[in-house]
Amino acid sequence: MSNPIKHHLTDDLLMAYAAGTLPEAFDLMVATHLSLCDHCRARAESFDAVGGHVLEDQSDSIGMSDTSLAATMALIAQGAPTPKPAKPGCAVLPTPLQDYVGGTVDDIQWKSIGMGVKQAILPTSKDATARLLFIPAGVAVPDHGHHGTELTMVLQGAFSDEVDRFARGDVEIADEDLEHTPVADMSEDCICLAVTDAPLKFNKLMPRLFQPFLRI
Amino acid sequence: MSQESDPPWAAPRNVVMFTEINTVTLDEPAAEQAAPQPWRAKKRIKGRQVNGTNGSCDTRTEWVDQVRRIRDAQDQAAFAELFQHFAPRIKAFLMKSGSDATMAEECAQEVMATLWHKAHLFDPSRATVATWVFTIARNKRIDVLRKQRRPEPEELGWGPEAEPDQDDVLALQQETAQLRTALSALPDAQRQLIEKAYFGDLSHREIASQTGLPLGTIKSRIRLALDRLRHAMN
Repeated sequence: MSNPIKHHLTDDLLMAYAAGTLPEAFDLMVATHLSLCDHCRARAESFDAVGGHVLEDQSDSIGMSDTSLAATMALIAQGAPTPKPAKPGCAVLPTPLQDYVGGTVDDIQWKSIGMGVKQAILPTSKDATARLLFIPAGVAVPDHGHHGTELTMVLQGAFSDEVDRFARGDVEIADEDLEHTPVADMSEDCICLAVTDAPLKFNKLMPRLFQPFLRI
Repeated sequence: MSQESDPPWAAPRNVVMFTEINTVTLDEPAAEQAAPQPWRAKKRIKGRQVNGTNGSCDTRTEWVDQVRRIRDAQDQAAFAELFQHFAPRIKAFLMKSGSDATMAEECAQEVMATLWHKAHLFDPSRATVATWVFTIARNKRIDVLRKQRRPEPEELGWGPEAEPDQDDVLALQQETAQLRTALSALPDAQRQLIEKAYFGDLSHREIASQTGLPLGTIKSRIRLALDRLRHAMN
């Protein structure tokens, strides 16, 4: 936990995560970041504390049915749900991501999208999209803009763009205003988690990726 | 936290903590039942120093002992006390989040059963029981009402060998009480918006306008607890 994460999640994302109102893909981003960042985990848990007060302030006047305690004891007697099997360690994917990949970094089902860049779309609810991106060391993702909000978190390697350099655990938050050209560090292939609440735009990048060649 | 004004039941420092708190808090719920008040009812104390060391300070380890008794001894009486307090609140919370009464009742029972099964995961140096119950109820709402998975961060636990320090537990419980006081000092309209947010009823943009909450001190406290936990885990 000593890696110096510089780029954190915003309060509104953490509060929405605590309130439970984010699309699943964004929940996955937050849960993955919190697994690496105790600074944001403490912030998120303080938003949980606000939720605790909201719960505490609920009136108990509605009341439970007379048999509810007995029914709950019966539920308890059925036993705890079987705990998820312990995950094999993975230096790249924190446990929430391993759930979605169904394994470690070696189990990611990559699909090439050109120039060595690969992606793997993760199964989440349709209101937002989560995918893993693989950018070979030294490769630049061509200048592109964004629809909606797009969060990108580095899991391995690092990339730099007009904003800053982003390494493991760092989150770049892009909206319509950001036009950038991320370049992966030379030293290592870069793996990122990216989530967006807009239709996938990366597909449209494909023709743009090949534009330089088509012009020749 | 002021040491000289601790109430008689509070765990003395320098004493084996768990023995002490187990014997002393047995009669705590009775005092508790009379005490709970919505935060807005305390608004009149706005502007005055509320240090939690007066008569109502038994909120400081509110319900923690019951959870420990469930964890350590599958104590059904302790569970019944928690159930009586929390189950109706969970039900009311879920109904305000859009559930009908039947489903809210069913979910409240499942949330309480989860509390029993996960008692060993509760960390009172990072959350009060109310906060913890809220997170379970929220996850149940996402699971059942929104039919969506809820990714959770990597679990951090003290394990069977270690326990958070009792001083840290008391400090967190006290910070949480002070957060309640600070929230109670907010204007009514803002408090209602915050409630709406937690009922799942606020857009992202509306939430963004509500994030200037007085969370600085409790955040620092939780961060300290996480640092100690990391140290213990390594």
